[in-house]
Amino acid sequence: MLEILFISTLNGVLYGMLLFLMASGLTVIFSMMGVLNFAHASFYMLGAFFGFEISRRIGFWPGLVVAPLLVGAIGMAIERYGLRRVHRHGHVAELLFTFGLTFVIQEGVEMVWGKLPVDYRVPPSLDFPAFTAFSTNYPAFKMFELLTAIAIFAVLLLVVRRTRIGLIVQAALTHPGMVGMLGHNVDRIFMLVFGVGAGLAAVAGVIAGPALVTQSNMAGLLGPILFVVVVVGGLGSLGGAFLASLLIGLLQTFAVASNASLAGLLGPLSPSAKQQVFLADIWNVTVAQVAPILPYLLLVLILIFRPRGLMGRRES
Amino acid sequence: MTAPALELSGLRKSFGATQIIRGVDLAIPKGERHAVIGPNGAGKSTLFHLISGRYQPSAGSVRLRGEDITGMAPQLINRRGLSRSFQVTNIFPRLSVWENVRCATLWAMGYKYSFWRNIERLADARQRTEQILGEINLLDRWKVPAGVLTYAEQRALEIGLTIAGNADVLLLDEPTAGMSHAETELVVALIRKVSENRTLLMIEHDMSVVFGLADRISVLVYGELLATDTPERVKANAAVQQAYLGLEVS
Amino acid sequence: MKNFLSTFGVWIVAAIVAACLPQLFGSGLALTSMSLMGMMIIFSLSYNMLLGQTGLLSFGHAVFFGLGGFFCVHAMNDVAAGKLPVPLIVVPLAGAAAGLVFGALLGWVSTRRGGTAFSMITLGIGELVASSALILRHFFGGEEGVTTNRTDLAPLFGLNFGPQLQVYYLIAAWCLVSVAAMYALTRTPFGRICNAVRDNPERAAFIGYDPQAVRFLSFTLSGLFAGIAGALAAINFEIMNAGQLGAAQSGAVILMVFIGGVGTFAGPIIGAILVTYLQVALSDVTDAWQLYFGLLFIGMVMFVPEGIAGLLLRQQPLLRERQLHRVVPFYALALLAGLVTIAGLSLAIEMANRLTAHAGDGPKMAFLHVPLNATSVLPWAIAAVLLVGGGWLFLRAARASRNAYDTALAASLAAALAHRSNA
Repeated sequence: MLEILFISTLNGVLYGMLLFLMASGLTVIFSMMGVLNFAHASFYMLGAFFGFEISRRIGFWPGLVVAPLLVGAIGMAIERYGLRRVHRHGHVAELLFTFGLTFVIQEGVEMVWGKLPVDYRVPPSLDFPAFTAFSTNYPAFKMFELLTAIAIFAVLLLVVRRTRIGLIVQAALTHPGMVGMLGHNVDRIFMLVFGVGAGLAAVAGVIAGPALVTQSNMAGLLGPILFVVVVVGGLGSLGGAFLASLLIGLLQTFAVASNASLAGLLGPLSPSAKQQVFLADIWNVTVAQVAPILPYLLLVLILIFRPRGLMGRRES
Repeated sequence: MTAPALELSGLRKSFGATQIIRGVDLAIPKGERHAVIGPNGAGKSTLFHLISGRYQPSAGSVRLRGEDITGMAPQLINRRGLSRSFQVTNIFPRLSVWENVRCATLWAMGYKYSFWRNIERLADARQRTEQILGEINLLDRWKVPAGVLTYAEQRALEIGLTIAGNADVLLLDEPTAGMSHAETELVVALIRKVSENRTLLMIEHDMSVVFGLADRISVLVYGELLATDTPERVKANAAVQQAYLGLEVS
Repeated sequence: MKNFLSTFGVWIVAAIVAACLPQLFGSGLALTSMSLMGMMIIFSLSYNMLLGQTGLLSFGHAVFFGLGGFFCVHAMNDVAAGKLPVPLIVVPLAGAAAGLVFGALLGWVSTRRGGTAFSMITLGIGELVASSALILRHFFGGEEGVTTNRTDLAPLFGLNFGPQLQVYYLIAAWCLVSVAAMYALTRTPFGRICNAVRDNPERAAFIGYDPQAVRFLSFTLSGLFAGIAGALAAINFEIMNAGQLGAAQSGAVILMVFIGGVGTFAGPIIGAILVTYLQVALSDVTDAWQLYFGLLFIGMVMFVPEGIAGLLLRQQPLLRERQLHRVVPFYALALLAGLVTIAGLSLAIEMANRLTAHAGDGPKMAFLHVPLNATSVLPWAIAAVLLVGGGWLFLRAARASRNAYDTALAASLAAALAHRSNA
């Protein structure tokens, strides 16, 4: 029991950190540019596939550096030649533009790598158990993922606190809409922020790819969860996004590890076999099976009881 | 004795640590034309937002004909017969001028959310819309999308939206702001006409407009009412002259 | 009489056209496609009640389409099992009811906020329903879905709705009724207030309307019509599965409505017909057709955000004042350049497709019946030239078209003014 608790907590925090790696970029882009980047999870997927392609040709480590740079460059190009053009047609058009991107990126990935999972392996240098807790071997690669995520945040925090662009990002978070008044090179800052956001998502893809499944539907699976994180945390709140990332990470990990069901809990109270044709589904489903819908349930609950999100200040 | 049309008591509003409105008491009898003047940043627009339901007051109360409307949602206040205009033009840009005004008449005519009536067959709404458009001089622009009107026309439409619902208490936030002299005169005549038999509270910077229209004037400085009196006496009030008029008139 | 015709003329013509279409296009494929178009027209218009009329961008509209379909399938099975005297033609009402009820239920949660938050919430709720559908296997039938047989229901006037032709007429009838109802809805006080909320929700509150209530009503009614569309899909395919209420289907309707044009009532109809046609036509020719849809969609968002209907509508003043000749050459040039660009793009895509997804078939292939080798340099060079050259030309032609349009519009306005002063 303690073992499950320990391992699940570790896995949950890891998943949460990966979510935050993406949610932070999404939040900053949203606060600065007012654009909810639908394609953010697609950058994550591109990161994973680029990482896979590079790691099988050159190696994992070059991939860790090159894939995010590539994706960042793609992100900047998309901002410069696509999003900026669409900007004058308003927010709905911007959202739809990034929505269309998810389509194109997914189809492109399917064309090149197919619909089946690719064999993206953990690099041999990290393919050993980091430690043994109780009877479980905890893989070193997962520790590496966790440490990478934490290291990136340390660097980001430093950048945000100490540089001019960081100041602008901070200003954007507290006073959205004011960034436009900061001077004539706002365009370049937008492009950079969009690129860095895409690059961060790609890092998440590169390091999550070998541990999870690298497949063309991974953006479609993760994208909506990312939005849940951002809404639950409160639109435009980095702290909220962090909290929500961890919350959802832990929630899903624990749910998957548990095999409780209503039938198990209430055993003898179960309705008799005859009257439960439809109820049976709800009755016998295990918590693990419900895991995929838990984030969305959380979303609905938050919306009913706290529409601003955990740490949001703004209504809309 | 009947209750005042609009009565504010101890009204306060703070944003964080800053108090914008610091205890405003004001009673406006039915049928009065009342102007609020004051330097920029005095909190005039905030005061309007508190009355009309855009902001929740931090303390105090707002009464409409004796009925407590403090902190109600804007639409509920509007349905009770208080209608307001905005300092920054606030219209429905993609709808035609005609549809703008007609939408503003619908609730008061009892059509509410009705989705079974053909809007083109509502003769009373059509007549009312025509009448309003006549009053604000936009009859020949009725087909045009509101977003492409000239500034002065949009200001007129803004007033049209405010009066279309036949509310008996009107709040006008700087109706003549940014207008030429000739345009201002037209708007003043319009306001005089539409505020007949109604209660009017307006924010205005143009002193000739204020002194020409208002029965009484309140001077708001740093969130507090410095004076509330007839135009002549406000003009003569030394404190007001020092705090406000001296700066503006000279 | 004249009054009657101006009100109902369009609908009579539409009914006659719908009735005659099978005479013109009688093949099996045409009938299936037209049936598909009929339900997609309803679905698209129901979506535009949200996006175009009320300004709500939903990413989960297929939920109501799918639920309408599932309730319809179960209603059909129950009617058939109980030998109830309910004809097939009224069964879509079950879908409508499901759409309405779930529209109200989910609308209560999602319409509390507008704008971007609304979009994300609908996305989340869409995922919630789609994933729940896989868990609740009894009702949704798991991966395989739930099947039904429309001929098991009692026949009506000897029609058992077995043949596709009869199903086509059933769908056409429901389509006509739904379209008329949705059109009527835009001409009611509620319809106008939806537009007001779309333009400026805050001001709507200050003229007495509760924006949240307007959004809620709009969402609920749009759920009703989406439910009808889903029910027709269930009758047509005789099977419903969880995919029908998922993200792909929600995405498809956004595509149709936006390509057709959100700003006009006819836009989504055009979009539904065109996109359905392209789906049927393209999926036969290439397996990268979804990529083409994505690119088409992005192109529309970037260059023609008002959609096809909006583009056509903009030409109306020119047509009226006979100024169209000023712009047509530029449009033709832009169209030509656009086609060249598309040719280059699709050549590149098809060759890339051959080298990656179909690497096993070898590099020899045909593009527009021209045989070529996807590994040789020449076709890639041609593709690059077509793409870059065509794209460059297109951007220039598009700019020239815009300028020509502006001049022609000014001329039209001047002509219109001259007419008026003469009269």
